[in-house]
Amino acid sequence: MTAAVPLRARLRRAHSTTQTGARRREGIIAVGMAAPAVLLLFVFVVIPIGLAFVLAFTSARLVSPTPARFVGLRNFAMLAEDPVFLRSVLNTFVFAAVVVPLQAGVALGLALLINARFRGTDFFRTVYFIPVVTSMVVVSIVWTLLYQKDGLLNRVIEAVTFGQVEGPDWLNDPSTSLAAIVFMSVWQGAGFHMIIWLAGLQTIPADLYEAASIDGVSRWTRFRYVTWPGLRATRTFVLITITIAAFSLFTQVNVMTQGGPLDSTTTVVYQAVRSGYQQQQTAYASAISLVFFVLVLIVSLVQRYLTREKD
Amino acid sequence: MNARTRRLARASLAVITATAALTGCATGGGGSGGQGGALKLWTHNAGNAAEYAVVEKIVNDFNASQSTYKVEIEAFPQGAYNDAVVASASSKKLPCILDVDGPNVPNWAWGGYLAPLEISDGEVPVADQLPSTVGKYQDKVYAFGFYDVALTMFARKSVLDENGIRIPTADQPWTRAEFTAALTALKATGKFEHPLEMGTGGSGEWWPYAYSPQLQSFGGDLVDRTTYKTADGTLNGPEALDWAKWFRSLVTDGYMAQKSGASPNDDFLNGKSAIEWDGSWDAAKNVEKLGDDLVILPPVDFGKGPKIGGASWQWAMSANCSEPDGARAYLEFSRKTKYFTEYAKATGTIPATDAAAAQIPGYEPGGRYEPLVRAARDFAVVRPVTPAYPFIASVFEKAAKDVVAGADPDSALDEAVKQIDANLKMNDFYAG
Repeated sequence: MTAAVPLRARLRRAHSTTQTGARRREGIIAVGMAAPAVLLLFVFVVIPIGLAFVLAFTSARLVSPTPARFVGLRNFAMLAEDPVFLRSVLNTFVFAAVVVPLQAGVALGLALLINARFRGTDFFRTVYFIPVVTSMVVVSIVWTLLYQKDGLLNRVIEAVTFGQVEGPDWLNDPSTSLAAIVFMSVWQGAGFHMIIWLAGLQTIPADLYEAASIDGVSRWTRFRYVTWPGLRATRTFVLITITIAAFSLFTQVNVMTQGGPLDSTTTVVYQAVRSGYQQQQTAYASAISLVFFVLVLIVSLVQRYLTREKD
Repeated sequence: MNARTRRLARASLAVITATAALTGCATGGGGSGGQGGALKLWTHNAGNAAEYAVVEKIVNDFNASQSTYKVEIEAFPQGAYNDAVVASASSKKLPCILDVDGPNVPNWAWGGYLAPLEISDGEVPVADQLPSTVGKYQDKVYAFGFYDVALTMFARKSVLDENGIRIPTADQPWTRAEFTAALTALKATGKFEHPLEMGTGGSGEWWPYAYSPQLQSFGGDLVDRTTYKTADGTLNGPEALDWAKWFRSLVTDGYMAQKSGASPNDDFLNGKSAIEWDGSWDAAKNVEKLGDDLVILPPVDFGKGPKIGGASWQWAMSANCSEPDGARAYLEFSRKTKYFTEYAKATGTIPATDAAAAQIPGYEPGGRYEPLVRAARDFAVVRPVTPAYPFIASVFEKAAKDVVAGADPDSALDEAVKQIDANLKMNDFYAG
């Protein structure tokens, strides 16, 4: 046992070992530490992604008596002509373009409210966080009921307008369905990013605010020149995580609308799942996933470029 | 290496081995279940205690009746069942005996999952069964079921009488004109926001199951069944177009909800709708609630006679079973009238043979549920017998939903045909 060896003896031995020996030991420890995670990543991430890349160029099916064969770019040619896929890409981008600023903004607003010191912040913090810890499937089912023609939301609209406005059939009207899904998604996700913003807010040194108040600046100036620059790193993190989450929109659509009505809520991931499982077209679904991967990669690279350290 | 490093290395190794065992090779206990006379049996009804009990009883009876084979049940929840079968088929680990949803039989037979059943009949000859309960593909029997379900229209006799609507019979079902007149009269009472409940809030297989029979009654179909090589002219011909326009008109005329509520049967029982297009599975509940006021009506004849979908869950044998004799022995053993009776009783379904029907109260000739038996025998059309069915079903579901939501019927059906034809062609028309 190492602990039993007297301290001085240990020190002497440490001196006598060569530098490289120590380094090798460190290397072994590092490999040992990393191995389980690397293995799991490899099995559950790297191999499936690699497989999807290969399958996208074959005729692979979920159920088939014949083995898959190489078909070149056939699946991609079909994708380019598939109106539902093109609509899915459009919907996904629209969803992300609306959700990213909206959710980040709402979350920041909530975080600023909660960061103020008054009684009961813990209560509100918990309330805002409840949707996040609720399963998305459950949230979707509840909102489906809220959005019904004679559901709670329309009843509220009717009540506050004294019956002058009749709410639409939110999820069954192509002009409101995507907006309805955007709204409930922001409601569900904002709490999580509120916590991230809050963590960022609390890293801003209090003396900066003190200096600002000595200077007698307005609240907006304080936010603009103290808070906002102080949230730099947080901002990047929030932006990228919301973007990725928004692009992978699936659960809400699967539960609430199944892509309808009239393709108004279909998304790339929903189409990949539908093609791959319901329609048994493994190769086609892989091609969709590959295109999706490239799109997300491009967007992430652009975001990284825009949020890079300027100096 | 000091002790700490060694401990860490050992722990890492243990984790890696455990992970490898977990991910790489879940072989233990799997297998096709052949060795030592043990046969694995998979069923989809883990969440259905009544039907599971019947499966268990047959298996216990079989195991007690002989000593060569021992059947072991593994039950899955219905939602995960097909995925489990597909996953285990890709690793060649299918159980010897499994159940399969009727419309999937051609797909699984073509995919090499199922073996043709060369069974001698057992106590009940296959010829005695309702045709829709026998799963065939390319003239070979691959599966058989103990029961079927039927689509039907439920209504209240009092409501129909009040509005002077004739009660249709199997020999004289409603015509399209009569049906429209009935809906108009019911709508005019002002008592029903939507007099017709079609269950449009459902999704998945319900769409082709519930609405393709109406398409067939109009004279269209999902695919050209003479060749199974195209849907052109059948799914987008004038009859199909007529159907699509009629389907949409139910919404625009206010007869039917574009998307009905989460529990259409409860809505009917609560008087929110007057006529409900539903399955026989709700018959017992409706009789219990409405008693003699409930009428079980045949489907509407839109021109080519009344139609309903056929085929429910059936039993089959896997192609890679290492003890085919044992699987065959089990399946033959199960073909006893008493088991047909017990299945139907437990699940509230239509027994697959007349002999069994005669023993179930209400299903005998002249019984309360006889219209259902009659419909299953005379009006049932099995879903297209092609391995492409899952694809066709998914495309039809989307096309029909688009039509109901107001898409141009012409282009919606043309797009569906385009996709189905492309899929058939891409898969060499599912030959082989």
